[in-house]
Amino acid sequence: MPREAFSQVVTAQDLLAGDVIYLAADDTWVRDLSEAEILTDKVVAQDRLISAARQTGHVVGAYLADVHPGRNGPEPVHFREAFRATGPSNHAHGKRAERRHV
Amino acid sequence: MYRYSEFDEAFLAERNAQFRAQVERRLSGALTEDEFKPLRLMNGLYLQLHAYMLRVAIPYGTLDAARMRRLALIAERWDKGYGHFTTRQNIQFNWPRLRDVPDMLDALAEVGLHAIQTSGNTIRNVTADHFAGAAADELFDPRPHAELIRQWSTDHPEFQFLGRKFKIAVTGAVADRAVTRAHDIGLQAVMRDGAPGFRVLVGGGLGRTPMIGQVIRDFLPDADLLPYLEAVVAVYNLLGRRDNKYKARIKITVHETGIDRVRALTEEEFARRRPHFAGADQALLAELRAAIAPPAFRKADSDGFHAARDSDPVFRSWTDTNLYPHRAEGYAIVSVSLKAHGATPGDATSDQMRALADLAERYGHDELRISHEQNVILPHVHLADLPAVHEVLLAHGLATANIGLISDIIACPGMDYCALATARSIPVAREIATHFHALKLEHDIGPLKIKISGCINACGHHHVGHIGILGLDRAGVENYQITLGGDGTEDAALGERAGPGFSADEIVPAIERILRAYLDLRRGPSETFLEAYRRLGLAPFRAALYPAQSVAAE
Ligand code: HEM
Ligand code: SF4
Repeated sequence: MPREAFSQVVTAQDLLAGDVIYLAADDTWVRDLSEAEILTDKVVAQDRLISAARQTGHVVGAYLADVHPGRNGPEPVHFREAFRATGPSNHAHGKRAERRHV
Repeated sequence: MYRYSEFDEAFLAERNAQFRAQVERRLSGALTEDEFKPLRLMNGLYLQLHAYMLRVAIPYGTLDAARMRRLALIAERWDKGYGHFTTRQNIQFNWPRLRDVPDMLDALAEVGLHAIQTSGNTIRNVTADHFAGAAADELFDPRPHAELIRQWSTDHPEFQFLGRKFKIAVTGAVADRAVTRAHDIGLQAVMRDGAPGFRVLVGGGLGRTPMIGQVIRDFLPDADLLPYLEAVVAVYNLLGRRDNKYKARIKITVHETGIDRVRALTEEEFARRRPHFAGADQALLAELRAAIAPPAFRKADSDGFHAARDSDPVFRSWTDTNLYPHRAEGYAIVSVSLKAHGATPGDATSDQMRALADLAERYGHDELRISHEQNVILPHVHLADLPAVHEVLLAHGLATANIGLISDIIACPGMDYCALATARSIPVAREIATHFHALKLEHDIGPLKIKISGCINACGHHHVGHIGILGLDRAGVENYQITLGGDGTEDAALGERAGPGFSADEIVPAIERILRAYLDLRRGPSETFLEAYRRLGLAPFRAALYPAQSVAAE
């Protein structure tokens, strides 16, 4: 099996709500993983992370997470990222509730 | 119930004002996250997987109706209409917004509740037997002592920066319902020559390196409680390791130093400190005893109770499982299950909290307890009132008759909420409960404690579950490891690992194989799972768990 190409997103938590956010290509933060910017170059990814981590006034704990590029944008690789992207499984709260409104 | 003084109220108000200013400075950018994090943790505010989480202490698990109603209000106004009761007799709110937290803390302080020392390397919320002050098998009510410890340990200047968190649990009964042997310090009531005191255990704990506490003092007169505790914590504070977070708990200190040396050092320190306790602690203890006195129990006949048992099988089944003997004639202790089949263990909605508050006020001498098993207790209910209580519980989805049975599971938040988790625990608990309920095996299996943690930190007490389940991350997939034969009572034992773990799809069938083996092997319905395990050992259960391997090995 060929080694999967490098692809990551910058993710963090919102300072006010604490919810999971992702960095989009236009430098805004989005709530939906599918809208996040996929970074395919290691150096660029580091760069994006550093500038994100500097925004301590409204984001907390920025890091790079592995993703698969999917048909509808990035998809989580690890199950922890899948839970972060979808919210808790026991109550329709957080991202699961937000989804239902769209 | 004990009421806080003006001094306490002023302290809380000032502390909350301080935190409000810290939040403002964080929002304005004057504080970075690195600066703010230790400050918020000192006030019980975590940042979890999906949101902030506020952890509020319920000292020794005791609440009254007003406080329960306040928790309901907070859940409704600033959270999502529910709260999560935990194994450490705390309540966690899973969805607060940072800006709202100071208001939440003020609302708590108005009824004497707070989140101080629910996190960080300090002495945490003191936990107690949830039947304290009510149980028939109790030597004395340990809650005055627990309150004394709470007051002493809160904001104790010497113990704000310990090597690691420090947990104290107290029981007044012989049956240990407070898991005292898995705490940094466990206190067990003892009467000697008519005087109350405690057997003191030290160095218990779960987590990465589980250990059962050892006796450091056979009998400590209760007059010496604070100086002795202070000596233990001071010795730990000096001796405990600070080079490695995983070796920083007192259990490691005791393990590495030896209990005899820790005991000798503690006695020396105790001798030094005792003269400085000039009696204020004893005056306070006397005051606390008067304030935390038993209510005025009433006399009534209980014909209605017996009639309801005869005529209503649902009521009878509930009274069979959810009552515990009370020390007062005609009374019972009611355990209200927060484990409806398929629900999240420990979650209660605001409506449910209010219903419980109403019941406590109307039928329960205004007392409520939160158990480490994540249930709510009405400690003093007259038998005559039980049919009415049961009816209200039924109407609020709180009448599940399963206390001590397979679906009465402890589960930590796991990866549904916790940032440290390696796997989920809540869905495993829900599936086990609904699966065995559907098979109608719950009552046949009888007393059984299943405890589930979502990582090695063991917040769900899996090591002391009769069946323990530990969720791990094996190469990016949830994997569940089973331990068997653990016990959190006075006969405390750590469970033995059964073998390789199971995937999320395999874990419930694996539990079923263990329990079918138990049903086949037991001497009769009166032999519990734990008794059968102790008689038979791991081998037959391992064979049931891994049929393919044992065939291969033959
Ligand atoms: C959700 C955020 C939580 C975090 C970040 C957290 C963190 C931890 C950590 C790091 C430990 C291991 C400590 C050590 O061994 O040094 C631990 C142990 C423990 N926690 Fe939690 N925990 C959380 C939630 C809970 C909950 C919800 C409960 C109650 C249901 C709980 C009860 C306990 C207990 C009983 C232990 C093991 C006893 C011991 O301290 O040895 N924790 N926790
Ligand atoms: S055991 Fe692990 S997953 Fe569960 S609450 Fe504790 S730290 Fe979180």
